[in-house]
Amino acid sequence: MSGTDARVLTISPGTRSRTSITTFCALLWSGFRRYATYRQATAAGAFTNIVFGFLRCYVLLAVAAGAPGGRPGGYDPEQLATYVWVGQGLLVVVGIWGWTDLSDRIRSGDVAADLLRPVPPVTAYLAADLGRGLYGMLTRFVPPVVAGLLFFPFKTPDRWQTIPLFAVSVALAVIGSFGCRYLINATAYWLHDARGPLVFWTLASGVLAGLYFPLRLLPDWLAVTLWVGTPLPGLLQTPLDVLVERDGPAIQVGLVALQAVWAVVMVKAAAVVQKRAERKLVVQGG
Amino acid sequence: MIEMQDLRKDFTVRVKAGRLRREKRTVSAVDGVSLAIEQGEMVGYIGPNGAGKSTTLKMLTGVLSPSSGDVRVCGLEPVRQRTRLALQIGVVFGQRSQLWWDLPLGESFRLLRHVYRVPRDDHERRLVRCRELLGLDEFLHTPVRQLSLGQRMRGELTAALLHGPRVLFLDEPTIGLDVVSKQAVRSFLAELGRGGDVTLVLTTHDLADIERLCRRLVVIDHGRVVHDGTIDELHARYGSRRRLVVDLDTPLPAGFTLPGATLTGTEADGHRVTFTLDGIAAGAAVAGLVGAAAVRDLSVVEPDIEDVVAKLYTAPR
Repeated sequence: MSGTDARVLTISPGTRSRTSITTFCALLWSGFRRYATYRQATAAGAFTNIVFGFLRCYVLLAVAAGAPGGRPGGYDPEQLATYVWVGQGLLVVVGIWGWTDLSDRIRSGDVAADLLRPVPPVTAYLAADLGRGLYGMLTRFVPPVVAGLLFFPFKTPDRWQTIPLFAVSVALAVIGSFGCRYLINATAYWLHDARGPLVFWTLASGVLAGLYFPLRLLPDWLAVTLWVGTPLPGLLQTPLDVLVERDGPAIQVGLVALQAVWAVVMVKAAAVVQKRAERKLVVQGG
Repeated sequence: MIEMQDLRKDFTVRVKAGRLRREKRTVSAVDGVSLAIEQGEMVGYIGPNGAGKSTTLKMLTGVLSPSSGDVRVCGLEPVRQRTRLALQIGVVFGQRSQLWWDLPLGESFRLLRHVYRVPRDDHERRLVRCRELLGLDEFLHTPVRQLSLGQRMRGELTAALLHGPRVLFLDEPTIGLDVVSKQAVRSFLAELGRGGDVTLVLTTHDLADIERLCRRLVVIDHGRVVHDGTIDELHARYGSRRRLVVDLDTPLPAGFTLPGATLTGTEADGHRVTFTLDGIAAGAAVAGLVGAAAVRDLSVVEPDIEDVVAKLYTAPR
């Protein structure tokens, strides 16, 4: 080791602190790569999604068969089957459950390493989460949708704009879901352990995002209140309603616009909470 | 490069004061620390557990807001300008990781190049140097979660240096490492220090790290600086002296005295004696002994820094 020169290890002049697109893309790729490491878990998860897809689909189709006119909440059986199977595919893409990275790192004190990087933590976590979503789209979205297509009649979109709107809506769902999860996890800054809020979130998001049943089955006033007053329908119900063309073209676009507003609000709120947390932050451990 | 003026960090803790009652109490983790560290210095920052070492480091890196006082690192205010400062400093926490757990080490490094926006050539040059000095090649493609502690720490050091920081903060970088890994890390840091471009602040409980690497030693206890100077100055202050251990063929004559030295131990029926040298050179002491008794063997024992520091930690305040 002696005689070697360590002087090359000095700073390069002119480095800038602005987060660039390249940085964002590299972080996004890291999220993708991270989840791509666990292939067996991906296969097992996709299988579970398919099993529960059958369960949910038969329940909803039974509800449809017993409903007056056979259209509960304004969905026909084809729309309901599409709703269930695409919903099963989107479950992991949107990732409403199971993300505890931030709260775990706050509890262990590892969050200090996130703060020592020249990228704001919310930006870094958002990029990685989009990478996670992209990996989910390629691996977890396709199997349930294919399984559904094999065994049930699907609704094929009639409008040209439905597919691009659905793509935008899914991206917004991932971003909105990230904002919500970040906020729930960030409670650990104050509580030291976010398990309570996370359990509450798991219960609330499943019901109010339209996973267990379409929110259109609720009375109109309640559904509208949920849509306008909370980001939750934007996490799952909106992209699914867009895809199955539950509403006319204007409402279809309006729902995505509302979803975009909520996604921006949630990410902004996450950034504000993060800033506040940093002011009172006590990094755990020596 | 680093300036701290009357830096304080107070925490409010709630202590039980009855069956249901809790009382708020303020604890000063760092209690008015003032220090200035110049470019290229290698400073050991030591203290007992809970003394405030890591808290100081967290304030210097912008992770923790000081309760009061001024702090500047590379001319920047750490908390307010944290993201700008992040480009100028490297941090290694011995007990936590900045690498991506699920990714191979090499991919973590590639990602860091983009995060810190390092030009490709600079990145490659630094990485090649680290690979060479720290022997990273054999585990560069192994996921971080599968690395041994020693391998991970070498990875952490590389990760902290790839963007070419001006200041390197090391919080117990050799904790839990085996002898070989410790030596590798120390040699690397010594080499880094020789360049003179990187300012290094090291907290550790392993005083061999300090002896090997740092000329300046800052000792903190109960949030206050209790020593700031060289290791020799610390020895002088606490009266630690070199010792001369002599094996004799025949015991010393009764009443023998050695000017400038004190007889502090006799073993093996007087065949082994220990003198503590009070200012006299070891050579002169040996010369004085040779005339009085037949010397078979001798050794000069340097004062033990661990003893001095233990004295410092346990000294009444």
